[in-house]
Amino acid sequence: MALLDPASSAAAVAAPNMNRSFFERRALTNFLLTVGLWSLAALAAIPLFSVLYMLISRGGARISLETLTSLPPAGFMPGGGIGNAIVGTLVMVAIGALISVPFGVLGGVFLGIVAPNSKIAATARFVGQVLTGFPSILAGVFVYGFLVLAMGTYSALAGGLALAVGMFPMILLTTEQAVRMVPQRMKDAAVGMGCTPFQATWKVTLPTALPGVMTGVMLSIAGAAGNSAPLLFTALFSNFWLESLREPTASLAILIYNFSGMPFPNQIELAWAASLVLVLIVLVFNIFSRMFGSPKL
Amino acid sequence: MSIAAEAAASSQAATVGAPEYAIRADIKKIFYGNFLAVRDSVVNVEKGKITGFIGPSGCGKSTVLRSLNRMNDLIPIFRLEGKVDFLGQDIYAKSIDPVAVRRHIGMVFQQPNPFSMSIYENVAFGLRLNRFKGNMDERVEKSLRRAGLWDEVKDKLKQSGLALSGGQQQRLCIARAIATEPTVLLMDEPCSALDPIATRVIEELMLELKSRYSVAIVTHNMQQAMRVADTTAFFAVDISQGGRTGFLVEVGPTKQIFENPQQTLTREYVRGEFS
Repeated sequence: MALLDPASSAAAVAAPNMNRSFFERRALTNFLLTVGLWSLAALAAIPLFSVLYMLISRGGARISLETLTSLPPAGFMPGGGIGNAIVGTLVMVAIGALISVPFGVLGGVFLGIVAPNSKIAATARFVGQVLTGFPSILAGVFVYGFLVLAMGTYSALAGGLALAVGMFPMILLTTEQAVRMVPQRMKDAAVGMGCTPFQATWKVTLPTALPGVMTGVMLSIAGAAGNSAPLLFTALFSNFWLESLREPTASLAILIYNFSGMPFPNQIELAWAASLVLVLIVLVFNIFSRMFGSPKL
Repeated sequence: MSIAAEAAASSQAATVGAPEYAIRADIKKIFYGNFLAVRDSVVNVEKGKITGFIGPSGCGKSTVLRSLNRMNDLIPIFRLEGKVDFLGQDIYAKSIDPVAVRRHIGMVFQQPNPFSMSIYENVAFGLRLNRFKGNMDERVEKSLRRAGLWDEVKDKLKQSGLALSGGQQQRLCIARAIATEPTVLLMDEPCSALDPIATRVIEELMLELKSRYSVAIVTHNMQQAMRVADTTAFFAVDISQGGRTGFLVEVGPTKQIFENPQQTLTREYVRGEFS
């Protein structure tokens, strides 16, 4: 009937009730779930913000030019700072990046482009995935046996290498993902223009994948900056300025570990300040990774 | 309409005098692994003309086109028996570097595929690759003008090529391909991802380009072949051997293929009896 006479049927249908009703079952469910989600999200943020609050209130009080630029004090001495630990952390993270970035990026290109289906790639990918979840202290133990014993001393080199072991798998796997994400038609276009395989990778695929690669690099740097376990057996600690890469080297993470357990209030204050500085360094690299990772048109 | 008339007129002109060929392909067999994809196809790309490849899906027309600049080498299991003569040299000879072949035989793909870099850098890409020493700005402008894109992009050459519309991206890809002055331009269904207006712009562009470059175009659109191609090659699928093997049925002036085909298969196809 309705099919035969659309005009009359349209008129005959009564207007349905579409008023808002809070107490209807699905409106109520929707409301409760929304409230639930918001409270869970807030709950999850509480630890993060309380840690930040404590760091800023307790560490921030001690942040000054002196703290950032002087050497740690001896016991019972006032003043002093964490300058050598900041330098040590930055230097060792830089060494770690210098070692892990080239290997990680080249390895990622191999896994993603050169021979993605080869046996060696499957093995490397698997090992990389295992290494991502590897206890970082074992990286320190490995470098201790590999380099510290051979050199006869703890050193910034050994610390940097231990950090590199931890950074490498993340860079490897994110680079692989990033180069795989480059559309095949762009790679085809490069070959169609007369690129050799190397040119196609170097001039088209890698630049296109750069945001993704940089995200991985920055996140791995942020992770390495906050990593303490690999440095315990490799860089140890030092109360002096870094003069050679072949001697024990201070780092923020180890300084926090050492000083927070000391019975001196001055050292404990410095540990708080060092924690704040470390969190800021990690935060800065995380922000960098966000900036590089945002797609630009 | 004027495009069709022009195409028809030039195809008639082509019958006068011996034609010169940029590419003469005598393909005996193309395999993907053990699968025989194409057999017995002799196709020529005439200098200064547009050669259209038509045929039903799976007839191997794209495969044949991609074997003309060794793009198929990207597929490891690809194997060709036969000869593809480009200006007197067999590009499948052992001594030939496929990378060098592709620098003289440019390609425009089905999906517009500009690089994720600025419009300027997209066009300059091939020039930089070939260590072009002349005036880069001039060459980029000339290529964009020939591709009919200059007026639309001259104020935003620094913007990403990916920010353009689909039709503009395809013209950018054409500009990129012709910047290095290739001898032959291969186009693999260049309009299939575009709307009718952008398609029309590209078709007009092809007719302008053919005076400088020999063009081979694959199209699934018979009207498009009628509008632009001087010569048309019709491919079909042979399922008699159990597989799906493409082969060349008939090649000739476009007007003849569509109005007076010699083969029954061609006649049925152009009448729309199968597709």
